[in-house]
Amino acid sequence: MKVLVAVKEVTEVADDFEIEGTTVGDRYLEYDLNEWDDYAVEEAVQLSENEDDVEVVSATIGPERSEETIRMALAKGVDRAIRVWDDAIEEQDLLDVAAKSAILAAIVEAEEPDLVLTGVQANDDSFGATGVSLADAIGFQWAAVVSGVEFDLGSDLAHVRRELEGGVEELVDVDLPAVLTIQTGINEPRYASLRGIRQAQSKEIAHQTLDDLGLDPSMAESPIGLTEMYEPETESETQYFEGSVDEQAASLAELLRDRGVGDA
Amino acid sequence: MSVLAVSEHRRGELRDVSYEVITAGRLLADALDDELHLAVINGPVDEYADSLNREGVDVIHTVDHGEGFNHDVYAQAIEQLYAELGPEAVLMPNSVNGLDYAPAVANNLGLPLVTDTIDLAHDESVVATREMYGSKVETTLEVDPPVAITIRGAEWPPAEGVGDASVEAFDVAIDEGAIGSDVTGYEEVGAGDVDIAEADVLVSIGRGIGEEDNLELIFDLADTLEATVSSSRPIVDSGWLPKNRQVGQSGKTVTPDVYIAIGISGAVQHVAGMKGSDTIVAINTDPNAPIFDIADYGIVGDLFDVVPALTEEFGG
Repeated sequence: MKVLVAVKEVTEVADDFEIEGTTVGDRYLEYDLNEWDDYAVEEAVQLSENEDDVEVVSATIGPERSEETIRMALAKGVDRAIRVWDDAIEEQDLLDVAAKSAILAAIVEAEEPDLVLTGVQANDDSFGATGVSLADAIGFQWAAVVSGVEFDLGSDLAHVRRELEGGVEELVDVDLPAVLTIQTGINEPRYASLRGIRQAQSKEIAHQTLDDLGLDPSMAESPIGLTEMYEPETESETQYFEGSVDEQAASLAELLRDRGVGDA
Repeated sequence: MSVLAVSEHRRGELRDVSYEVITAGRLLADALDDELHLAVINGPVDEYADSLNREGVDVIHTVDHGEGFNHDVYAQAIEQLYAELGPEAVLMPNSVNGLDYAPAVANNLGLPLVTDTIDLAHDESVVATREMYGSKVETTLEVDPPVAITIRGAEWPPAEGVGDASVEAFDVAIDEGAIGSDVTGYEEVGAGDVDIAEADVLVSIGRGIGEEDNLELIFDLADTLEATVSSSRPIVDSGWLPKNRQVGQSGKTVTPDVYIAIGISGAVQHVAGMKGSDTIVAINTDPNAPIFDIADYGIVGDLFDVVPALTEEFGG
């Protein structure tokens, strides 16, 4: 059995930052493994530990820099990785959902996995759509926002819990092969062990271009234009307590007493 | 050309976003000078159509193919309505179920997809506003119609009044062979001995607490204030507090007299669950944290300094 995990390296913005044009200045950016994908990786690795002959392959659309993040996934137990990057992708302000799912679909065609896992969303642009879009593109079944899953591989079925709003879970049986988008909290992502980190150094990260995947570079062109980026205007009239810590605490205590809190 | 909006219901009840998608759809349809069509899929469709017949809706299309939600039925029904109506925009809720079919619909129809929009306009092309980086920035996206869009809940007011839409049963041809999932039930999660929704004062903790052992600080403060401890999602994901303590979209909605958010950045999913609190106090090291956008009172500072000092103020 082969499990493909789509893993994104996400951009995190520092507390203080400046916007330059339609992007945040480079010096305010840090990069990390997408939180949701960390849970998807864990789910895949656990499956490979619980069942015989499961290969876990990760797929990432990202520049060379993202290999650092990919090594983290390899250190946690992913067997090998595919990284797609291309000048045609680099030129885009925004790689849209359709382009992402078409790239991943080409990888699925080449790798023929039995299961695809990915995070519910990326914590930078948060479109939350790639997994389900991919499922439609490759003709797999799917479930979005999965907070629990039991595989019945004998009958090609996944018993899935989907986390709906307001503390309700939907129980749904999904035919395999399927794409599942994994919600945080479904498991406890492991930290990479020293041994895992060492082993990751010798694992394969195969770089592929759009051409390698049989895709025309024009497919990366987004029909969606990013025209503006700005800091949202705050409507709030927050009253800040200033001064030393003790002064701040005293002011807040006074407010709370005023609201009838604490000195009943 | 027109706008097709899709309503949502769950376990026998229409969800609020169904009325909001009408408002968003009407505004966009006005900009396009055209009709707003609304899809009502599954359940007691005529009863739902009756409730959704509010000002601004031109035609309601009902699809009766089962009781509840199935993403394949939704996707097929919307795709067939799209083929019939040829709308400029398909507007869907950015809910957990919306995100379970909208990307499939967009991919199937070859439509560009913009999710989680918080504002929409039309100026030759469709102009969508959405957030990035956990609400730290807003972006404007422009896309030529036809387009698929999901809208964030509680960003548009619910449609009101009584409309005069015609209600038409849409003759859909569902390919049963293509249905590959089956909803077998629902479960309430997060029941337990503490009901944070009943508390008058909540001391709520987020990622800023860093480590499980540090929670003691928060419980000390809560004990001193005779308050109840709640949390944002990461604390529950880490297994440090049970699910019944979680405030937010996937947890509980709370409206206490006082909500003290400590080390909580204020992600939109969290804010959705607590913005109705009477007085909101935020303590955070990051002056730009979105939690300060909705806080009435704020302290920019380190919770490990502020919380013990506050506990001491009350003699704890």
